[in-house]
Amino acid sequence: MEYLIGIQGPDFVLVAADNVAASSIIQMKHDYDKMFKLSEKILLLCVGEAGDTVQFAEYIQKNVQLYKMRNGYELSPAAAANFTRKNLADYLRSRTPYHVNLLLAGYDEADGPGLYYMDYLSALAKAPFAAHGYGAFLTLSILDRYYRPGDSALSLIRLNKRFILNLPSFTVRLIDKDGIHDMEKLPVADCSDCRAPGG
Amino acid sequence: MALQDVCGLHNPPLFPQWSAPLSRSFMPEDSTHLSGGGIHGEAFSTRLPGRGGLSPLEFYMPIAEYLTESPINFGQTSLSSAPTKLLEIDHLHPSLPSISAAADTRSSCSGLVACPASPKVLPIHSHLVGTTSGTSADCALWKRILARELRLYKLRHHRRLSTGGAAKLLSHMLHPFKGTELCVAATLCGWDGDDEKHEQPITEKHANTPTNQMTASNSSVVRSRSRICGPRVIYVCSDGLRLQGELFSVGSGSPYAYSILDSSVYWGMSVQEATEVAREAVYRATYRDAYSGNNVDLYHVTAKGWRRRERENLKEEYYREKERERARVAERNAEKKAILKSDDGEIV
Repeated sequence: MEYLIGIQGPDFVLVAADNVAASSIIQMKHDYDKMFKLSEKILLLCVGEAGDTVQFAEYIQKNVQLYKMRNGYELSPAAAANFTRKNLADYLRSRTPYHVNLLLAGYDEADGPGLYYMDYLSALAKAPFAAHGYGAFLTLSILDRYYRPGDSALSLIRLNKRFILNLPSFTVRLIDKDGIHDMEKLPVADCSDCRAPGG
Repeated sequence: MALQDVCGLHNPPLFPQWSAPLSRSFMPEDSTHLSGGGIHGEAFSTRLPGRGGLSPLEFYMPIAEYLTESPINFGQTSLSSAPTKLLEIDHLHPSLPSISAAADTRSSCSGLVACPASPKVLPIHSHLVGTTSGTSADCALWKRILARELRLYKLRHHRRLSTGGAAKLLSHMLHPFKGTELCVAATLCGWDGDDEKHEQPITEKHANTPTNQMTASNSSVVRSRSRICGPRVIYVCSDGLRLQGELFSVGSGSPYAYSILDSSVYWGMSVQEATEVAREAVYRATYRDAYSGNNVDLYHVTAKGWRRRERENLKEEYYREKERERARVAERNAEKKAILKSDDGEIV
């Protein structure tokens, strides 16, 4: 099952997605990237039905870039999230709905970091942390327990390492005022020495 | 249709709705091209099928929804058991990266073998080969449409469209049919770039990559970022899935082939080794899977284009294996007898 997670910190957003592209029982790829870069500081993470994810995410990606070309400035994360939601809602009410679950993470100069959770019924919510997939059942409770709004990036990365489930590896990215940074890919072996932060 | 007219048959076709006039086809912008240059679309809608007298230059494009009613739904009984078996290996020998693509040749229909010698690896142009799985008719049709579009691209832009571009084109052409019974699972294996002199940059990169799936991802990221030429294998499915990778196995026999491939394929294989592994994987899949069998086709794509190995009948391989097994069993029995005899000797 596919898995996405996002955690917002005081001045950054940390997102991670698993790397598996599966087709029924077979893992076709072990290094598939589920994150789509909408702009220098906005990432869209997309899981769901096989072709819909790429089609919808690329559609949103190209439209956000078109906005930038036409108007000279980029969409803010909040605007991009609402634009995505509107499109998803419109398609939901057509003959060809897209079955995708999304996380949109971005950093705005004025508003700071933002993480938006959207599901396939185009319900949008801005949240300090969010997850999609079966793994969400397990990780959301840990996040509820241990998340503190002022956590530093390092403690949140440690927290992230704890969640790794049956999936072999994850892509992790951090968005802050300087843009999108790739963190190292996390294989399962690395998390055995991590413990949850105290308190 | 054309042959019917040439032979002078005047029997109405069994399923008249199967061959509908062009004006109702789903690709209206190409109607002049398909009707042999004439603008006959309107005139035919009044003609009854089976009248005869149609020019052999015209041919009909089956309408998508009518294909489900056709009795000859080649190669597809249900969507869950796509009957073909094929695989691609993008083996990167440090000095000669290339792609090996292998497939079986059985087309089944409702539990019967409709054709034991169907080609499942179809060349699209000189440097692109596509393997097909799913409904044979759908695959053949979409391959031809893709070939036409790529040829038009080449004529308009004076260069070949890259494999990634071809995959994206195919994926977008199939997207309107999502949710219908169209079933195409194709793997496009192609060589991007102009000619052999660009091989040098690739060799440096691939020489550094160990046979580890973690760093394999790094190399694929490197390749996509620099947009240089080289081999590329992309899997396109009518669901809309589009994956680039180094190794794919598709079809009903694919799990059997995957296990052989995962154990034997490594970076830096030679062409002979890859051919052997591909052949073995297809053989094992045909052994276990009912919908795969008969022969194995092997294509090899390099900077110079694709090359085809002669079609090999796997029946021979099956009998050779039986012989080997028989020899092994005989040897084991002989050993057992020898041990028993020596035991008797000692006891007595």
